[in-house]
Amino acid sequence: MSKKLLAAPYLIWMAGFIIIPLALIVYYGLTTRDGIFTAANVVSIATPEHAKALWLSLWLSFLSTLICLVLAYPLAMILRNRGVGRGSFIVFIFILPMWMNFLLRTMAWQTLLEKNGVINGILSLLHLPNQNLINTAGAIILGMVYNFLPFMVLPIYNVLCKIDDDTINAARDLGANSLQTLLRIWFPLSVPGVISGITMVFVPALTTFVISNLLGGSKILLIGNVIEQEFTRGSNWHLGSGLSLVLMVFILISMAVIAKYDKNGEGSAF
Amino acid sequence: MKKIVMMYGLAAALSLCLAGCKGGASGGQSSNSSTSDAGAGKEASDELYVYNWGEYIDEDVITQFEEETGIRVIYDLFETNEEMYPIIEAGAVTYDVVCPSDYMIQKMVENDLLAEVNFDNVPNISQIDPAYMEMSTAFDPENKYSVPYCWGTVGILYNTKRLEELDVAPPTKWADLWDEKLSGEILMQDSVRDAFMVALKKDGFSMNSTDTGELEQARQALVDQKPLVQAYVIDQVRDKMIGGEAAVGVIYSGEMLYIQEEVANLGLDYTLEYVLPEEGTNLWLDCWVIPKNAKNKENAEKWMDFLCRPEIAKANFEYITYPTPNKGAFDLLDEELQNNKSVFPDIASLVNCEVFRYLGDEVDSVYNDLWKEVKSN
Repeated sequence: MSKKLLAAPYLIWMAGFIIIPLALIVYYGLTTRDGIFTAANVVSIATPEHAKALWLSLWLSFLSTLICLVLAYPLAMILRNRGVGRGSFIVFIFILPMWMNFLLRTMAWQTLLEKNGVINGILSLLHLPNQNLINTAGAIILGMVYNFLPFMVLPIYNVLCKIDDDTINAARDLGANSLQTLLRIWFPLSVPGVISGITMVFVPALTTFVISNLLGGSKILLIGNVIEQEFTRGSNWHLGSGLSLVLMVFILISMAVIAKYDKNGEGSAF
Repeated sequence: MKKIVMMYGLAAALSLCLAGCKGGASGGQSSNSSTSDAGAGKEASDELYVYNWGEYIDEDVITQFEEETGIRVIYDLFETNEEMYPIIEAGAVTYDVVCPSDYMIQKMVENDLLAEVNFDNVPNISQIDPAYMEMSTAFDPENKYSVPYCWGTVGILYNTKRLEELDVAPPTKWADLWDEKLSGEILMQDSVRDAFMVALKKDGFSMNSTDTGELEQARQALVDQKPLVQAYVIDQVRDKMIGGEAAVGVIYSGEMLYIQEEVANLGLDYTLEYVLPEEGTNLWLDCWVIPKNAKNKENAEKWMDFLCRPEIAKANFEYITYPTPNKGAFDLLDEELQNNKSVFPDIASLVNCEVFRYLGDEVDSVYNDLWKEVKSN
């Protein structure tokens, strides 16, 4: 009985801060300003500007997820093989920047990438030509990879740590070479972590608007920016909510994928 | 027992639902939604809910007001007019005094959201230069709802040294922002009306245009300009220009005093100059207004009166550095500052300028759609 009472705060929390806001988004998304039901807000994703923003978001998030995976997997392997002590210290170093505010870290990149920024300063010191780094799609991808890389490393690292050394030794005993061990033992066993990492990078990258605003100079319109503008500039909460619903579909798909491959929650980050 | 827990949970969820709906409608300003009802029961209220732009008042002025009147000020901030509007409209949080811009005041008047100011309680309104009362008739035809607070123009800020390096003459008109030599050197304003103002004025149209052909031409102009633009920013224009990131930027005149001081302090080897484009520009005016559902209207009028006092207006001017419409405060300033044309332009140079007008929700959404096309291009 008392256990149930203890659960009450969570129930209230979930109702108040998850279910009700979601219901409000659905309500706003499916009505006009006059409160009449409409699908127009959701369908408007098909207009060229919105569709383009969505494709661009999908493409940039895909690229940054891919880069994160390529960077994170070898790193997680190295960390795992370092053993508990030194490995977890490096993991700690990895998490450390996450204690600082996400906005501040992104703004720091602004200072680095600017025309008169740190990187160009170093380049001109070496008498190399200045590079146009900021306000490009590349800068946005960089921002995404930088901010979300820990979310890829940690789940993979967690899963790899759980793989028994004996499994690997058995594979070697049975004559598998390094590549075969990687492809047929390491990788299949780490799939839950990889999937979880992919989702945890892809979803925030897909919905971000801060990174594209700060590092893209607002020149590159992602779907997150469109939604943000509808709320803060356009005063059109209905359209913003409708587009959020569309975005939610993509998030639900990722969650379904996770549920399918990560049944035991092995790949959870923390 | 199980049932009781369920009931408890349901009741809690329900009450949260109600609070949630309210909070949802107020756009996350829920911190005050509960307290705002608190003053309702009292007879003589000693509270004042103020809703203002960020960094738009000298904080000492608030303290001084509180000490003098014994009224407790609850001070909230907004970033854009568009963000402020739905919150006032929903009425979940009742603010007593708000500081929107010209066209937004017009929208609020048209949608019956504002209360008439009882100017008997605001004797210091006489300190406001009649020219600005005249200016505000553009959005408040009978001067019934608003008390002018700050005004200014939008113009081009340019880096003299950088332009020399690029071999470009200093800009004198909006059309100069389409010069291909300035590729990657232009900072534009990241807001719909301001961006379209530049494009419409360039071609000699009104910045309040509702003509489809003119708007289409403006959209095309902005699309053509986009490859030359380094970034669309708002507040960052100031810091980026001081940092020498770009050669030209579209900026609000009120930033000039800060910029000039900062350039002098940093001992930079370039100067930043401000020019009012000859095609004319946006002349804007932010005013204090009282929402219809205000609970402490008299306190709001005291607030307005207090801010119109010359020495208070001067203190605010020195903090905000946006030109003040307060004649009394202007007279208190140093002569050098009074003659600083970047801060206080001659009225004569403002011939082609216009004040933004509210164009109706439909035209607003046309502007928004066209702007999205520019941005996604």
